[in-house]
Amino acid sequence: MTKRFDVIGKPRRRVDGRAKVTGLTRFADDVMLPRMLHCKLLRSAHPHATIESIDVSRAQARPGVHLVLTGKDFPVTFGILPVTQDEYPLAPERVRYVGEPVAAIIARDEQTAFEALDLIDVQYRPLKTISDPKEALATPEPRIHSYGEQGNIHRLQALEFGDVNEALARADHVFEDLFFYEGNTHLPIEQHASVAAVDGEGKLTLWSSTQVPHYIHRALANALQIPPAHVRVIACPNGGGFGGKCDLHNHEIVVSKAAILLGRPVKICLTREEVFYMHRGRHPVLMRMRTGVTKDGKITGMHTQTLLDGGAYGGYGAASTFYTGVLQTVTYEIPRYKFDACRTFTNKPPCGPKRGHGTPQPRFGQEVQLDRIAEKLEIDPAELRLSIVAKPNTLTANWLKIGTIGLAECIRKVVASSDWKNKFRKLPEGRGVGLACGAYLCGAGLPIYWNKMPQSGVQLLIDRSGQVTVFCGATEIGQGSDDVLAAIVAEVLGIDAYDVRCVTGDTGLTPVDLGSYSSRVTVMMGNAAIQAAERLRELIARAAAEHMETLPENVGFAQGRVFRADDPGKPMSFREAIVLAEEKFGTLGSVGSYSPPRAPGRYKGAGVGPSPAYSYTACVVEAEVDRNTGWITVPKVWIAHDIGRAVNPVSARGQVEGSVYMGLGEALMEEQVFRRLPPKLSNALVHKIPSLLEYKSLTSLDMPEVFTELVEDPDPNCPFGAKEVGQGPLLPVMPAVANAVYDAIGVRIDELPITPDKVLAALEKKAKGETPRVGPESFPDVPYPEPMLVPPPWEGGDGNSVNTPRRRPVKKEALA
Amino acid sequence: MKTAAPTNVHLVLRVNGEEQQVSFAPYKTLLEVLREDMNLTGTKHGCELGECGACAVLVEGVPVLSCLALALDCEGRAIETVEGLASGGKLHPLQAAFADLGGAQCGYCTPGILMTAKALLEREPNPSRERIKEAISGNLCRCTGYQQIYESIEEAARTIQQGSKR
Ligand code: FES
Ligand code: FES
Repeated sequence: MTKRFDVIGKPRRRVDGRAKVTGLTRFADDVMLPRMLHCKLLRSAHPHATIESIDVSRAQARPGVHLVLTGKDFPVTFGILPVTQDEYPLAPERVRYVGEPVAAIIARDEQTAFEALDLIDVQYRPLKTISDPKEALATPEPRIHSYGEQGNIHRLQALEFGDVNEALARADHVFEDLFFYEGNTHLPIEQHASVAAVDGEGKLTLWSSTQVPHYIHRALANALQIPPAHVRVIACPNGGGFGGKCDLHNHEIVVSKAAILLGRPVKICLTREEVFYMHRGRHPVLMRMRTGVTKDGKITGMHTQTLLDGGAYGGYGAASTFYTGVLQTVTYEIPRYKFDACRTFTNKPPCGPKRGHGTPQPRFGQEVQLDRIAEKLEIDPAELRLSIVAKPNTLTANWLKIGTIGLAECIRKVVASSDWKNKFRKLPEGRGVGLACGAYLCGAGLPIYWNKMPQSGVQLLIDRSGQVTVFCGATEIGQGSDDVLAAIVAEVLGIDAYDVRCVTGDTGLTPVDLGSYSSRVTVMMGNAAIQAAERLRELIARAAAEHMETLPENVGFAQGRVFRADDPGKPMSFREAIVLAEEKFGTLGSVGSYSPPRAPGRYKGAGVGPSPAYSYTACVVEAEVDRNTGWITVPKVWIAHDIGRAVNPVSARGQVEGSVYMGLGEALMEEQVFRRLPPKLSNALVHKIPSLLEYKSLTSLDMPEVFTELVEDPDPNCPFGAKEVGQGPLLPVMPAVANAVYDAIGVRIDELPITPDKVLAALEKKAKGETPRVGPESFPDVPYPEPMLVPPPWEGGDGNSVNTPRRRPVKKEALA
Repeated sequence: MKTAAPTNVHLVLRVNGEEQQVSFAPYKTLLEVLREDMNLTGTKHGCELGECGACAVLVEGVPVLSCLALALDCEGRAIETVEGLASGGKLHPLQAAFADLGGAQCGYCTPGILMTAKALLEREPNPSRERIKEAISGNLCRCTGYQQIYESIEEAARTIQQGSKR
């Protein structure tokens, strides 16, 4: 039976749309409280140094200054992952990147606080700095951290699913390519802000621009050593997140501590420059990809090696490291797969999760390499991909469970809409098209700390007035999570989405939801919301059935009415039905929760990569390249995304187009890069471009037309079949650009961003008869460990590893 | 060393047609005075250096980056912010279109873009897509990819024109 929906799938004004256009949405910096004080942080100007002394006496004496905090006020380390508690809110003895906070001033206003920063006297003793992974590998001493694998290596991973060397030896061709993906940053237009206050009961409330109030709640209580029950974290709607508001940030702990000490509200709002230095964005990744194919284009095996520049701290880096490999297998049939990864520490702002978390880098490499494979085998790149698309309801070599997969349909759609067949290798010199695909999680299978509790909880409250209030810890970061929540509840109860009030992202009021990351909200919150709403509907149906003298199963709910399904002519209003239910059962409410299905992999590391469903995307980019200037113009992008089902097609399209926008930025211009100041100016590693003017991103004048199509093949694990759409559509954009540039001018730029200077350099090589390619030339010697061997499902494995790799070097204490 | 807070200036600002006495430190920008001294937090900021357009308001009908304007200089001039767009409970056609068509995702760039678009439509009631792109090229949006913003402005232009014909 195909069910007709009243709310789901209809293009609608999102429920929070009115607030956003009237300026009423209350972002964190809009929180203004009586007697509020203001905080500014003093940040290190050294990339790596020990702190010899800090003298705050002059700052403390400044009129208007209420409090000065330094590292000694914060004895406890923190970190978002339980395994990496390696940061201090204010560095007590050592700084590891330019921009690391060392002291805080809390004053009557921002200006006073800002001026008082100059009065703090810090004596540093500079240490040797490490600027990139190659240097980190070559320089085991001094260690940036005393924990980790060895020297300045933070993480090493090696997993092998079937004998890859044997698979490559069997192949008709083996392709080996090196790629580099430069780091870039989230750049939400909202700068991070936080306000902390102690309430009348002496308990702490933190309002913050965060995507993950639950994780912040846990980590903050721990950092301050106060009971979590006395801490309330309210995630204000974010002015964009993109992964940049997923860590517990130093300033959140600092203002909380200050509010507790002073008994007054304390606010901080970061400057744009500080946001650049706080970063936590895309890891720069060097990659080596070896892929074996048969002459008709079937992959026999693939080996991905990655080397990540982690920056100065762990953050989410342990997860990011895994993500540079684990999702390589969910798009195409890859019978054997090997994956080695290494994350190094460097003296730069820490990297972390950004839209696509760790997967856009290897996806770029894989999709550009497929373009090469297609060319060599003389197969159309779209046909090649169509012939190897992974099958639905299968396991991958690394034991990920693929459910529905609409990728073939996505490819066919963009091939048709872009007129691919008449363009590929047929456009005039200087113009070209490129195709690429991608896949992404609909929620990470496991939470970041081990527990067996639900990953999302929803609570519903309903009363005789007819009002329905839904509580959930999910966080509105602009993606429309409140709208999804309201729409799902409304659909189940047969009411209007605007009649549902959402209370979200408040750890003091809402059931736990792990937050807005890994594209998990629609699926996890949505499933929990369906359960809660169905439980409530059942109560109402029982009460209404009694009144209508029928069975509860025969009670229908639609358009604000409750009726006999076999005789819809005499409905009662939803409100009347609630009154009946409240009479019968007393005060009405319900809860729902969701935990993802258990993943089939059993090996150590199998926890990263599983998801209730995967979304798929295909994209064609057209590019025009000016041979004289190297300038690349993208006139049009065609993209098709397998969304399962669009809850609100307006928002869904916005997510796709926003992803294309961000992908083009990463492909063409965005880079978070650092340079050394001359030795006489301290030799510091500073951000080259910590401003919105110089950190290039696309303006309206640069943004091409985007033709978006949604492929709707409902996934049974997802609420009403709806998969994610916030991150997946970014993934194919970068490789599609690179492939289009190749089609246009016959040069390979294996390094992002593809800037005009690289295009010109490649053209010059081409003119000289050299290999027309710009990209990394070598891959350093990385001490990847002996791999953990896990036979793929079709080679008799049971999901466990069959060896116990020699455990690697000395693990020292987390912090010296 | 003793530094007192700088002496505040007292003046009248005319915001959204309403005259209001305000007292603030003379170095404050229009952005700061609107947000901090007049509680008009609808106007946003993304850089406070004139780079993002989030803080755009209208001064005498012209888009101005309020983070670069001294509030002192705005005495006696007509200032319009997002709070003044709707009349009573009724949304301005630009607001309605942005809400309906996905022009506002996180909504953070929205107030600045709405004000910039309002000035555009007042100058050019029926702008081409190219003109719209030019008009908002100083307003960065990291969420939408701009396309739904163009469509929202075009829809609002149609609504306004239909309204004026009736
Ligand atoms: S805050 Fe004024 S332009 Fe960015
Ligand atoms: S809607 Fe988020 S920045 Fe424009």
